[in-house]
Amino acid sequence: MNPGTLRQILLITDGCSNHGEDPSAMAAFAREQGITVNVIGVMEQDVIDQKGMQEIESIAQTGGGVSQIVYSSQLSQTVQMVTRKAMTQTIQGVVNKELQQILGRSQTIDDLPPEKRGEVVEVVEELGETAGLEVLVLVDTSASMTHKLPTVKEALLDLSLSLNARMGENKFSVFVFPGKKSDVEKLLDWTPNLEALTKVFSKLSPGGMTPTGPALREALSYFKKKRSLRSLLSNDDEQFFEESV
Amino acid sequence: MMMNNSLRSQCKALPGTIIKGKWYKNEYKVIKELGFGANGIVYLAEFGGQEVALKVSDNSMSISSEMNILKSFTKVQGSALGPSLLSVDDWVNQGVTLPFYVMEYIKGETYLDFLRYKGTSWSVVLILQLLKNLSLLHQSGWIFGDLKPENLIISSPSCQIRCVDVGGTTIKGRSIKEFTEFFDRGYWGLGSRKAEPSYDLFAVAMIFLNSYYPNRFTKKTDGYSQLSQAIKGKKELKVYEQVLEKALLGKYSTAMEMRNELLAAANQNADRISRQQPSPSRNMRQTQSRSRRKQKKGGLLESLLLVVLISFIYLLYIYTKLL
Repeated sequence: MNPGTLRQILLITDGCSNHGEDPSAMAAFAREQGITVNVIGVMEQDVIDQKGMQEIESIAQTGGGVSQIVYSSQLSQTVQMVTRKAMTQTIQGVVNKELQQILGRSQTIDDLPPEKRGEVVEVVEELGETAGLEVLVLVDTSASMTHKLPTVKEALLDLSLSLNARMGENKFSVFVFPGKKSDVEKLLDWTPNLEALTKVFSKLSPGGMTPTGPALREALSYFKKKRSLRSLLSNDDEQFFEESV
Repeated sequence: MMMNNSLRSQCKALPGTIIKGKWYKNEYKVIKELGFGANGIVYLAEFGGQEVALKVSDNSMSISSEMNILKSFTKVQGSALGPSLLSVDDWVNQGVTLPFYVMEYIKGETYLDFLRYKGTSWSVVLILQLLKNLSLLHQSGWIFGDLKPENLIISSPSCQIRCVDVGGTTIKGRSIKEFTEFFDRGYWGLGSRKAEPSYDLFAVAMIFLNSYYPNRFTKKTDGYSQLSQAIKGKKELKVYEQVLEKALLGKYSTAMEMRNELLAAANQNADRISRQQPSPSRNMRQTQSRSRRKQKKGGLLESLLLVVLISFIYLLYIYTKLL
């Protein structure tokens, strides 16, 4: 059994979308294509916006992922925890499907006696450690996010540190929304570590609307583009790949 | 990380609640809550007249994973590694199935509380004990991961340090899954999050620092120089500067290596202290020096005798020559 490469979109935002299609619909659309959507809501110390929270929860739910609301000081730990939790969740889903085929339709990991469960968990952990992982990070850079961006950068560097300790291969890319000319703008192409982020992040000029839905849609199409190009080009020809996008 | 509220209310069990296992039908009577973390609540409970610790969670993955780790610990001889695992089961509470496991209850204080009551002079002793435990853990292929004072209990009355909460324990060579920033070398920019002995040893050094900086501190710009300033800032830590620096920089590949050097530094320090303050052991030292003086006197007598003997023989020689 091999879950292959796990694909995730990690959305970092601080509230409500106000432009374009419903982000939850886009998240559900992503899920249909085997891409999990996780959402982290970054809050001010005392401002908790009920509507924003609902949207955050709903995007993650329809996207088959994990959501978490945090204060910006806790962002680093949360980002890596959410990513890992979602990975385990996806793998668990795959394992559950296999179990159902073997044991009958209503059986899941939780229905096994504790000892057997332990053996399954061992397999899930092993897969989580060795599977390939692609994370497309989507950062909200609307005006209200301005002073949270340095923390977001730190958290992403920390994420790459955590995941690169795994045995499996990692690929990250970073997008921001709204972009200068369009709804979403590519900041960093697929790369195994996020070191290069330090330079590009300082050049960001936050402001504008919050087109969460359109941003998700564009991010999805980027996953697809990548895959179709991959089938044409050899894997290690990264340079050419980058130019052709 | 805060635990979400639904888990907190689902796993809530008031004192007196009977937790009955779905599979093995054992009944555990809750005495009180011992603590809660990101993925569960730990209770003190009574079973068959014995006190046990019982961890309930809504996350069967993490419970099963911890169960696996504790199980593999029981296979290691002389396990001071973690609490020993007694049973695993599910608790059906108001229609919700909650996995739990039962382990040995380790009675005692957590590391920082213990130092607060007994004094920080205990810190080096406890760190030496901890390093011995870690050495055993590492040899059996595990890295503790989330090593911090809250996860260390000094059992009474033997004052032995024990590691509890194995949620972060990871197979060597994999990636650390749970950590706490202050004790994580990745946070300080001093290494990767790969599970290897030096990862734990970094945390050991930070626990030592935490003993003298109970409030901890957050990272400014350069992690390394900040930590090394912190070591220099306390004379109790400065004595172990070399060992601590090496641990922070990941220069120890085994816990025993660090333990040996820490022990040597501790001995040196003890010698220095007793030289500086002769008062408490004056009596012993006086008798020591007296016997040494006696020895010296005896030596003098011996050489005098030798000189007399040689001069006598010489005189005898001259005398015979003269004749």
